[in-house]
Amino acid sequence: MPDFDLTPDQEAFRAVVRDFAEAEIRPRAEQMDATGEFPVDIVRGMGELGLLGLPFPEEVGGGGADYLTYIVALEEIARVDQSTAITLEAGVSLGAAPIVYWGTEAQRERWLPPLLTGDGLAAFGLTEPDAGSDAGATRTTAVRDGDEWVVNGSKAFITNSGTEITVLVTIAAVTSRGDDGRARISNIVVPSGTPGFVVEPKYAKMGWRASDTHGLTFEDCRVPVENLLGEEGDGFRNFLRILDEGRIAIAALGVGLAQACLEESVRYANTRTAFGRPIGANQGISFKLADMAVSVEAARMLTRKAAWLRDLGRPFKQAAAMAKLYASEAAVAATREATQVFGGAGFIDETPVSRYYRDAKVLEIGEGTSEIQRLIIAGGLLADPGSA
Amino acid sequence: MNILVCVKQIPDPAGPQELNNDNTLKREGKLILDESDSYGVEIALQLRDTAGEGEVTLISMSPGEPSGLRTALAMGADKAIHVVDDTLHGADALSTAKVLAAAVQRAGDYTLVIAATESTDGYTGTVPAQLAEILGLPSVTFAKSIRVEGGKVHVDRQTEAGYDVVEADVPAVVTVTAGVVEPRYPSFKGIMAAKKKPLETLAVSDLGLDLSSWGQNIVSVEDAPSRAAGEKIEDDGEAYLKIVEFLEEQKVI
Ligand SMILES: Cc1cc2nc3c(=O)[nH]c(=O)nc-3n(C[C@H](O)[C@H](O)[C@H](O)COP(=O)(O)OP(=O)(O)OC[C@H]3O[C@@H](n4cnc5c(N)ncnc54)[C@H](O)[C@@H]3O)c2cc1C
Ligand SMILES: Cc1cc2nc3c(=O)[nH]c(=O)nc-3n(C[C@H](O)[C@H](O)[C@H](O)COP(=O)(O)OP(=O)(O)OC[C@H]3O[C@@H](n4cnc5c(N)ncnc54)[C@H](O)[C@@H]3O)c2cc1C
Repeated sequence: MPDFDLTPDQEAFRAVVRDFAEAEIRPRAEQMDATGEFPVDIVRGMGELGLLGLPFPEEVGGGGADYLTYIVALEEIARVDQSTAITLEAGVSLGAAPIVYWGTEAQRERWLPPLLTGDGLAAFGLTEPDAGSDAGATRTTAVRDGDEWVVNGSKAFITNSGTEITVLVTIAAVTSRGDDGRARISNIVVPSGTPGFVVEPKYAKMGWRASDTHGLTFEDCRVPVENLLGEEGDGFRNFLRILDEGRIAIAALGVGLAQACLEESVRYANTRTAFGRPIGANQGISFKLADMAVSVEAARMLTRKAAWLRDLGRPFKQAAAMAKLYASEAAVAATREATQVFGGAGFIDETPVSRYYRDAKVLEIGEGTSEIQRLIIAGGLLADPGSA
Repeated sequence: MNILVCVKQIPDPAGPQELNNDNTLKREGKLILDESDSYGVEIALQLRDTAGEGEVTLISMSPGEPSGLRTALAMGADKAIHVVDDTLHGADALSTAKVLAAAVQRAGDYTLVIAATESTDGYTGTVPAQLAEILGLPSVTFAKSIRVEGGKVHVDRQTEAGYDVVEADVPAVVTVTAGVVEPRYPSFKGIMAAKKKPLETLAVSDLGLDLSSWGQNIVSVEDAPSRAAGEKIEDDGEAYLKIVEFLEEQKVI
């Protein structure tokens, strides 16, 4: 029997995360959006709650929770602030996960502890100026020279790569070419501050403004051979796994955002009056609320189901792509309609829906654009007609 | 250092509050840890951790599930005693103090009993002093910080003007003022660990108490009078003087 209730533990933790988000993040969200300030103390607070290591096994120092618990917690943070949510998502799903999954015991001991407590953050550098959706087109190279890898190239749009607590970035780089000339991509850990590793100034962004995003440049940047993460040549397969999981997490950001829009819109529709009655008394407004509520629920179910499949060890690639596609588009639609419900006030930064509107769009882009999700879903259907 | 913390489980103050036919508060839904008590729990955890040994034991009397106790266990308390007994329905503050005192006496050696200055729902603010009296212990109230040293408890006791420095022999009953520390959030691991911590459920008979005659009968409950309109001061250029005078009278400035 499927069970749509959270377990008592998941529910208890969800309530704690909501309290935390309401008390520690909400009062600062508007200000952080305005200044772009990166909230190191909030990251530490999330670390104390156990959020940064939540879905990793206890043996490596994680919380031992399943992915669904992590998704539920992420939705609560996302409901209050998208910037903080992407900082958490990138810290866990992109930063720590590769080291948990492919790190040797020595590598885990060396790099993981601060990442699981929120004392440090790691980034995942896949995208390049000329390799985004087509991430296999990676041009960054890492050439073996004695006991070292020599890295050259550049990365674009890398989250958490330049905060004051960032300790490393795991990059995808071409380490050799096969006989057929195909690039063999590997993951290499480059600690922050390594000579030849330059973190470019922060991008000015439309949304996610309090999240930390930089371009990275590597110029004859040397790291020890031990910094190879996983097997040489496994980099491509590895980042696909990272992205499949990350997509469920991005979907949770979308669910949280759409949920926030729904709550704000319902409240406003009941209190704002025009023509002598609450605006919610007009079907033109109330139907927006109905549609929004349906999309929140549908997005949440797709997202939780994808996490559930992953937790059972079943294939979840298609489900993750569906959740990411649907939830991000639901979030964009919900922010558009919430802004409409708020009228002029929705365009002003003092109401949160204005921030929500700016934060939403990137959900349709990061960790695979909507087009790429459709490619994955359609590709799966056509390759396996029985799955239709 | 072993510390006992009296914590009340209350209906969520954010939710609607309803009365039973006998004018007591309905406590049927999920009960939560009274926020007033979270400060005492935090202080107790800090004292235990500073001492490097000992246990924090929670004591509570309430109907229903120990959901609020679980929160405090998830914060880091070591174990809990929960007194649940239908015969306690409608108990007043003195009876509550008697029950808590009996539970304290079962809890073994302890240095301090910590409670909040007043609860959020009943807020008579009388249970802790009565508890101290029954136990024959010193009672120190309104603590903003607590230190135990040389067989004594040293308390900075909040007053309107600042604070008094008070000391008392241990064991003692100390009440903590709300807001004096930042209670920690339960972590995920804390929530998981809480499920395995000892939680003893007791009835009145287990405590060897005879509570055949309760002192309380709530005759009626009235709505609080709606707030009277404030005083309007027309500004003739000197209104600020009247406002300052008013504030001084209220001892606000
Ligand atoms: C704020 C932010 C944070 C990010 N954080 C990270 C990070 O931490 N790590 C990281 O590695 N990357 C990160 N990214 C990069 C992100 O994953 C990429 O931007 C995304 O994958 C798209 O790549 P692109 O920007 O190169 O777009 P392009 O690939 O150039 O795509 C441009 C357009 O063409 C479409 N398109 C491309 N190919 C096809 C096709 N075959 N069929 C149909 N349409 C197609 C795309 O959908 C898109 O609409 C981040 C991006 C942003 C904006
Ligand atoms: C079946 C049942 C029904 C009850 N119904 C009611 C009711 O309708 N109304 C009502 O006010 N109370 C009710 N109680 C609880 C009990 O009667 C009150 O705790 C008591 O009246 C003390 O009142 P107070 O909240 O004013 O305490 P205060 O003196 O304001 O409390 C100060 C501090 O003493 C400690 N303390 C107080 N009470 C408890 C407790 N129960 N357990 C642990 N620590 C405690 C806490 O640290 C608290 O912060 C009920 C209890 C039971 C078992």
